[in-house]
Amino acid sequence: MALLQISEPGQAPDPHARRIAIGIDLGTTHSLVASVRNGVAECLPDDQGRVILPSAVRYLGNGKRAIGHDALAAQAEDPQNTIVSVKRFMGRGVADIANATQLPYELIDKPGMLSLQTIEGEKSPVEVSAEILATLRQRAEDTFNNDIYGAVITVPAYFDDAQRQATKDAAQMAGLNVLRLINEPTAAAIAYGLDNASEGIYAVYDLGGGTFDVSILRLSQGVFEVMATGGDSALGGDDYDRALADVVLTATGRSLSNAADKSRMLTSARACKQALSDSTEYVFQVELSDGAINHKVTRAEFEACTQHLTRKTLQAVKKALRDANLQPTDIQGVVMVGGSTRMPHVQSAVGELLQCQPLNNVNPDEVVALGAAIQANQLSGNNPNGELLLLDVIPLSLGIETMGGLVERIVPRNQTIPTAMAQDFTTYQDGQTALALHVVQGERDLVVDCRSLARFELRGIPPMAAGAARIRVTFTVDADGLLSVDAIETNSGVQAHIDVKPSYGLSDDQIAAMLQDSFHTAEYDKNARALAEARLEADRMWLAAQSALNADEHLLTADEAAVIRALMKDVLAAKSLETPAAIEAATDALAKGTEAFAAARMNDGIRKALAGKHIGAM
Amino acid sequence: MVSDGIVTGALTLACSDFELFDIPPRFQIDPVALDQLWKQLQRQVHPDHFSSQGAADKLLAMQWSVRVNEAYQRLKNPLRRAAYLCELNGAPIRAEDNTAMPHAFLIQQIQWREELDEATDAPAIEALQQQMSAEKQQLLQQCADAIDIRSDWTQAAQSVRALMFIERFEHDLDNRLERLDNN
Repeated sequence: MALLQISEPGQAPDPHARRIAIGIDLGTTHSLVASVRNGVAECLPDDQGRVILPSAVRYLGNGKRAIGHDALAAQAEDPQNTIVSVKRFMGRGVADIANATQLPYELIDKPGMLSLQTIEGEKSPVEVSAEILATLRQRAEDTFNNDIYGAVITVPAYFDDAQRQATKDAAQMAGLNVLRLINEPTAAAIAYGLDNASEGIYAVYDLGGGTFDVSILRLSQGVFEVMATGGDSALGGDDYDRALADVVLTATGRSLSNAADKSRMLTSARACKQALSDSTEYVFQVELSDGAINHKVTRAEFEACTQHLTRKTLQAVKKALRDANLQPTDIQGVVMVGGSTRMPHVQSAVGELLQCQPLNNVNPDEVVALGAAIQANQLSGNNPNGELLLLDVIPLSLGIETMGGLVERIVPRNQTIPTAMAQDFTTYQDGQTALALHVVQGERDLVVDCRSLARFELRGIPPMAAGAARIRVTFTVDADGLLSVDAIETNSGVQAHIDVKPSYGLSDDQIAAMLQDSFHTAEYDKNARALAEARLEADRMWLAAQSALNADEHLLTADEAAVIRALMKDVLAAKSLETPAAIEAATDALAKGTEAFAAARMNDGIRKALAGKHIGAM
Repeated sequence: MVSDGIVTGALTLACSDFELFDIPPRFQIDPVALDQLWKQLQRQVHPDHFSSQGAADKLLAMQWSVRVNEAYQRLKNPLRRAAYLCELNGAPIRAEDNTAMPHAFLIQQIQWREELDEATDAPAIEALQQQMSAEKQQLLQQCADAIDIRSDWTQAAQSVRALMFIERFEHDLDNRLERLDNN
């Protein structure tokens, strides 16, 4: 029998040790967590074998809460404290919520993002989402009996910057290391494309509980290139339920008087909708406080009262095709994602428009989480020779407010990310020394019709005649689709920078505090936590340097390599110290000491990519 | 830096788009090959390949990935590629302060605008789109001749300005079509 190996104390762990990475589909109606195990992506079940976690959180008072199935079970009896479809509130104010009065919640308007009044006090949608994410994190930790290295969280492709930032904050609050936010249709395409070894141009039609997305992708040799994306971040299966509920109320001459009835009505509408996918008629049944409703609904009636919703999705598909410069016949297949695509009239409408049979051989509920897991596995370095490359785009244009409330577009929609684009502006008045910059997102020409993302000021411009200053504003969108903005007056060099954080204003400190409060059962001492984090970072840096040396030491002289080795040794030695600052100093020194090496490696990589490929010769 | 198709010296973020992609600075390029080069470069520099690395590597990857995307977008679009070549050769387009166009072209512009105003249905707008597409092809051919054969940068810049007018008009056509579709 082979003997098992044990490493020397203080020695860095095996650089090839697998990191546990998960993909999370944080959906409007339900959420899932998946991971790649033995080379295969699979959804992780809870202790009762269920993979789906209803996106429902019920606050019970006294700091207690129920999440998922348990929360949902009590929805009708305690609708006010049972938060469902919280995704619709992410990064949104009360004014943004259509039919807010139909909801069983007490919404509180706050700058940037609304809050919900519960028995536990005010809860932000970010906190509610964090409860769901923490439950899934716990499920993954229990499954692997280990810590999670990092997570990829999916968001609707059509989510704007505020909604994305809110999602990332929720993940951080749930104690997750966010490797990347990726778009739901892109995740679906990864799972579907890799499973079916597909090549060519595909559409992904993703109609979830509360959001609709369409993406057009080109798949070739492991590259998933998003050509265009479109959608509506407030249109989904919930709207079909509501339309059906309205029709039944009108037909029976009834109305809803309280929150519990509203909630029961919507639950019954959903059941009726689902039943009508399999049969052509169904008796809508609900027990309301002023008596029961039993009303027969035919599939044709249901289709008629929701036709306008389906049509809206088809308009978005057509727009995405136009943006990608394609005709419907260019699409080889359309991947159907989200439970709402089970409705037969949705399937046939999409098939008719794109003139192809909708593809749904991967479970439409699971496909997004599976794709996220594959990407998480890749990002955590478990699959270094992986062929997978995602080239995604930004869904909505980004711009700046100019005189007269007009939007000057700086980054157009469907631009491949990461990207940086700049535009020059000037002053309006003589002697103007400051500039108010208002960052907006959307396709309309007037600022009032777009979403306001942030405001900041560039101060200290030397007094000049109107129009003489040259202010260059640069928008940088990272691989998560998140924006930062720089402004510089080029004559004087005065500059300002802002990471666009939506103004609901959870600072990093607040998030850290909430993290401590609610999601860590064990009492962490602050120093112990800082120490653990410093050691983790030291490990990461050491491993990164080691793998760089393994791969590319030939790019260094013997002396240069020796310097890096010495710095690595310092990091290892520092790890046994008890002061986080000392460990961080050694880590930083190694980071600084490998900067030139990193640049050389990047150059080498580019050159290898170009070797022997010349367009001129083709 | 590009000599006989062999890259020499260090590549920096300040290299020209053509140097970065290691292709000769010409107007005529093979779009399929350009696409492949873009993906090969992104395979090397995309931040996804550096997410388990140190902060310096991540920053570097972000900068290079942004730069590669920027170059690709400019090289891919014939109009932007032509404008870029004019700029590299000392004939910047200066669209914001140089709007002098030949009289005949301006008259033509006004006629097209009038046709758009009178168009009430999709077929009428689509007919205009086809006209624009033909017009564009012709102007792009002029660009190719001026740049690749005659090195006539003044003529090339003139054609680029005309193309910019047409592109804006095409954008208006798209918007009209979309509005019709949504009504």
